[in-house]
Amino acid sequence: MLAHFVDHFDYWAMIFLAMAGLFIVIARGNLIKKLVGLGIFQTSVYLLYVAPGKIVGGTAPIVAEGFRVYSNPLPHVLILTAIVVGVATLALGLALVVRIREAYDSIEEDEILRRDHAPEVTPSRGEGAGGKVVP
Amino acid sequence: MNLAAHLPALQVVLPLAAAPLAVLLRGRGAAFMLVTLAAWAAFAVSILLWLQVNASGPISYAIGSWAPPWGIEYRVDSLSALLLMLVCGIAAVVLPYARASIERELRQDVHYLFYAMFALCLAGLAGIAITGDAFNLFVFLEISSLSSYVLIALGRDRRALVAAYQYLIMGTIGATFIVVGVGLLYLKTGTLNLADMGVRLQEMTSHRPVLAALAFLTVGISLKLALFPLHQWLPNAYAYAPSAVSAFLAATATKVSVYALLRFYFSVFGETAVFKRLPMEDLMLILALAGMFVASAVAIFQHDLKRLFAYSSVAQIGYIVLGISFDSVTGLTATIAHLVNHAVTKGGLFLLLGAVMAGMGGVTLARVHGIGRVMPLTAFGIVLCGLGLIGVPGTAGFVSKWYLILAALEKGQWWLVFLIVASSLLAVAYVWRFVEAAYFHAPRADLATVREAPAGLAIPAWTLVGATIWFGLDTSVTVGSAARAAAMLLGGAP
Amino acid sequence: MTRDMVLRVVAKLLIPFILLFALYVQFHGDFGPGGGFQAGVILAAAMVFYAIVFGLDNARKVLPDRLVETMVAAGVLLYLGVGVAGPLLGGNFLDYFVLAADPVAGQHRGIFWIELGVAITVCGVMLKVYYLFAGRGPEDD
Repeated sequence: MLAHFVDHFDYWAMIFLAMAGLFIVIARGNLIKKLVGLGIFQTSVYLLYVAPGKIVGGTAPIVAEGFRVYSNPLPHVLILTAIVVGVATLALGLALVVRIREAYDSIEEDEILRRDHAPEVTPSRGEGAGGKVVP
Repeated sequence: MNLAAHLPALQVVLPLAAAPLAVLLRGRGAAFMLVTLAAWAAFAVSILLWLQVNASGPISYAIGSWAPPWGIEYRVDSLSALLLMLVCGIAAVVLPYARASIERELRQDVHYLFYAMFALCLAGLAGIAITGDAFNLFVFLEISSLSSYVLIALGRDRRALVAAYQYLIMGTIGATFIVVGVGLLYLKTGTLNLADMGVRLQEMTSHRPVLAALAFLTVGISLKLALFPLHQWLPNAYAYAPSAVSAFLAATATKVSVYALLRFYFSVFGETAVFKRLPMEDLMLILALAGMFVASAVAIFQHDLKRLFAYSSVAQIGYIVLGISFDSVTGLTATIAHLVNHAVTKGGLFLLLGAVMAGMGGVTLARVHGIGRVMPLTAFGIVLCGLGLIGVPGTAGFVSKWYLILAALEKGQWWLVFLIVASSLLAVAYVWRFVEAAYFHAPRADLATVREAPAGLAIPAWTLVGATIWFGLDTSVTVGSAARAAAMLLGGAP
Repeated sequence: MTRDMVLRVVAKLLIPFILLFALYVQFHGDFGPGGGFQAGVILAAAMVFYAIVFGLDNARKVLPDRLVETMVAAGVLLYLGVGVAGPLLGGNFLDYFVLAADPVAGQHRGIFWIELGVAITVCGVMLKVYYLFAGRGPEDD
């Protein structure tokens, strides 16, 4: 059992990160924390791809004399793309949070939903909170 | 250079190149012209590809001359050709509408960015449909998703921001699930080419990582296609996006995700692995039925027309998935035909709602009272599309529901026929809510002088309404292509 | 602008080397780890460093918003340009083999321009993101 665990520790790390990230996304109401969780969740997948690409004793995949075993470079290339996608997602998400904060004066999910569902209850909260239309 | 040989590359490159060019030009008129021309050219390319596939079978194009399965392959077969034509066709119709529509809804200094995002979204959606590479599919999926989050966030209402944020979270979780699935398949097979993967998987379809991959892909893609109960992001996203965006996304985004699902189920895992050895038929049947009934019932109680018809979209996705669950040529024909028919109907409907928004300043049921009198043509168009959603004979919706019923009878599940008809009655109920507001109430005093929608909004909208009627009468394009694609997916003729 | 002389002097000393390192990463990408993504980010990091020490307004004087936006688009267009060169020279889209008489030299030439396009776009995007976030104070909406 322990040997199995140690042999596959990269997968266990991936599963732990994925579950931790997904848990944060679901359980936290703060929009920034959700994005942090989403980032961790995405990162776990990078591990899933990159770890099996490493071959024990393998070198960089450049043809040279004296080297027969090469690591697989393809997962790294794929994950470079996935990282860029992750960066774009995070940047867009944060930009949306900035705009949401400007429009609602809050980045707590329950607070935002409350302000939308009961706009007539809090019309006197000033410019920032009422039924302001986003330009 | 032989242009005809490079059509598959052009299909994606045209809109993809239009996006940065629109940013460079900056002028909103120039950006509009450029992106619209690119979309029309892409539509022409897709028609040529469709004709070519019909005449001489699937087309394979090796990007960078790296032969598949090592390089990225663009592969056009009868299913992807139909999807490409749908996506590019809708974009070609929506873009002229967008010009008149965003003049009213967006700040002028961001118009060029809107067009750039639209072009990116189109390139991403077309890319999903054309690529034959699993990871490339994910990249295109993210291109289209990221640009659609931006497009949705451009909505006037501040709730558009929250809707876009929620869609971003759900969409990214879905996309990450898809990458996990693709990763597991890559680890098992050592290839990313979808066709090659399909061949290599045949000996190991019962291995545990492959089953895990199937589960991850199913959940991930179901999130993107808004299969009940993973549809939570959809109603708000469609309701608060700018009108042109609602129409474009409602007509294409979920449909392309259905394409991805079909591709993975039938071309990669194979029908036997998914449906014969696993209880996927029952699972999809239950989710589809739940979606059809619950979403339709929720739609009946909406006050905002855009939300109402967004919930109706979730219900219609139910019909599409129902067709997949039959796992028969007739069922898949119904699915694929309904992809096209529903896209055209819903696209037209959301375009008309945009015209209502422009005229009356909102689309809540209380506000559109008496619209049958002040905007008679627009109201009539919405009713026509509503009939299409119900599935009245003579509209596109009838054709696909007819095939669904045929597929159910083929399986001997006559009780399903009653359920399909019953859910259509729910559609009657929600469409009736519009009819009642439009024709049986007097217009609000301040809105009694509203005029009919301008031509810039009406002509594109009526093009799609016309298509709804056309596809209801002449089924050679939709059902013909759908039947060919269904036969191909189930291993018959290409 | 910060009044701290040490910071300013160190920044002025460091930034040229950061830029140089970015170029090294860019051009050495053919032979070792590196390439357009990394080089673009390092270039952008140099600019962000400059903006933090000398203020956003001064950074905008060095690289105006308009230029940054042009970089975003121009890099992608350079990439697409290399892609379209393939069909024009008788190959497929993004075909590097036909870019030179010798296919290996063609691959070399192709990836060089591609990576340049990537570097320009990545640098532009990073700076655009920084400008937009940094230029939006918490209370000015």
